[in-house]
Amino acid sequence: MKLDHQIIARIITEGAHVLDLGCGNGELLAFLAKEKNALVQGIELNDEQMHICVERGLTVLQGDIESGLVDYPDQSFDYVILNQIMQEIKAADFVIAESLRVGKRVIVGFPNFAHIRARLTLLLSGKTPINEALPYYWFETPNIRFLTIRDFTDYCHKKSINIEQAYYLGRAKQVRILPNLLALNAVFVLTKGSTQSVWGKK
Amino acid sequence: MSNDSLGIIKTQYFTFAEPPDILQLKSGRSVGPVTLAYETYGTLNEKKSNAILVCHALSGDAHAAGFHKGDKTAGWWDDMIGPDKALDTNLYFVVCSNVIGGCKGSTGPSSINPETGKPYAIDFPLITIEDMVDAQKTLIDFFGIAKLLCVIGGSMGGMQALQWASKYPERIVTAIPIATALKHSPQQIAFNEVIRQTIMADPAWRKGYYYEHGQPEKGLAVARMIGHITFMSDQSMEEKFSRKLKNDNLSFQFIDDFEVEGYLRYRGYNFVKRFDANSYLYITKAMDYFDLSGENFMPSVKKTNIRFLIISFKSDWLYPSHQSQDIVRLLKKKHAYTTYFDLISTWGHDAFLIEIEDETRLIKNFLANNSIT
Repeated sequence: MKLDHQIIARIITEGAHVLDLGCGNGELLAFLAKEKNALVQGIELNDEQMHICVERGLTVLQGDIESGLVDYPDQSFDYVILNQIMQEIKAADFVIAESLRVGKRVIVGFPNFAHIRARLTLLLSGKTPINEALPYYWFETPNIRFLTIRDFTDYCHKKSINIEQAYYLGRAKQVRILPNLLALNAVFVLTKGSTQSVWGKK
Repeated sequence: MSNDSLGIIKTQYFTFAEPPDILQLKSGRSVGPVTLAYETYGTLNEKKSNAILVCHALSGDAHAAGFHKGDKTAGWWDDMIGPDKALDTNLYFVVCSNVIGGCKGSTGPSSINPETGKPYAIDFPLITIEDMVDAQKTLIDFFGIAKLLCVIGGSMGGMQALQWASKYPERIVTAIPIATALKHSPQQIAFNEVIRQTIMADPAWRKGYYYEHGQPEKGLAVARMIGHITFMSDQSMEEKFSRKLKNDNLSFQFIDDFEVEGYLRYRGYNFVKRFDANSYLYITKAMDYFDLSGENFMPSVKKTNIRFLIISFKSDWLYPSHQSQDIVRLLKKKHAYTTYFDLISTWGHDAFLIEIEDETRLIKNFLANNSIT
């Protein structure tokens, strides 16, 4: 299983209600349903991925992420997952706010554009970085925004979003030091409000 | 006959609501006795936990699958019901009944009114989707089925599936409403009204009392022609007919020059042979009255455990995808875990009868992951 999925599976509590936005082929949700007895709902756009989700026994809505959240009542889910999707959605700010309304906790995972090799590629070769977390050429990438760990934590501070847990991922294991330089991916657990921040107060 | 066919099937009849216990209808009126024509496919298991109710659309009937003796064409959803098909009769016990108000063996305007010894005609009370479902529930009770594994249907059949979920949530585990809506839009009501007026404008309709004289054939045929236009899509009509001519040249007369004209005429006049004009009036009205939007849907339920599979088709402009998305929206408010699929198709509203491959894959997988424990 992918490292980010392992981390997320560890975060989710037993029997939790989980909404995964952009759930893909449902690999993560199927694991959560089986191993954590989670009640899971996915939202996905791609037809073939949808079929695979249904085959796995998942409940999944076909639709885009921006409009997928609005009709859920407040705090409908224990967790809303936004994994590897932040860089692809248009109204990121709105989706995060809506996720925090619909979910008690929001798990956000994204590739870190400030990883050292990405920085060096841009600096030394003058080319758009391509690595494990950012595997696309400019002309084929689904990513419409490039963000860094620092960008995201700054954003959370500005919006008074509490970062309850933070995980920084290298190629095969977690990164403990200089995350914005050494992490390929980050996974954050967010809650509303600004108490208990692992980042302290600014 | 291929080996995935159910073979010869016989329609059966169930009569209930004998006076004085006649069936109360939503209109405030009542009717009885009521007969429902129904067919079953597959075997009900010992725990009675494998039953699926199939609900038919406007002009459908109880004959959903298999062949009637001597018939060359199979039931209306034979592609979906049978051994190894989407509704796999090796696994499930499938029931389909003709709606009340219909004309294919269930009590409706063409049935004999026991009080007069003549057809009810227009004296038959107006019926609603809810009345149809209430009658079906009596049939399900008769089978001793406490919980249906699934209620499934397209178009008006989907309305019945939604009505089941709303009125008898404790009686169903899953619902599959296909190409349907929570309520008829003004556009849908408008088409139905034109269809009704077309029938009623035919002098042969005789204010509904035509049974001794024969059907209002012209009115009913044109009504059905209108219907068929709404069931297709711009694209499917282009693919099927384009501007092809029946003969090689234009006649410069008011005859059916184009293949599309010939098709509609053929469909219209065939329909007259198999469907009662008054039933068409009653059933279209029932669809127009249907409204499970907002607070009307599952009024007694805050959170539902019913698993829904909602299906729409991209080219369906009669029951457009956004109407199915309205259902999804309402289900989110009920905290329902829901699957919604907007299938690609060029077939318009007819797609639910035609897009068998995608529907089969989806429905088979959905049902395989749901059971009564």
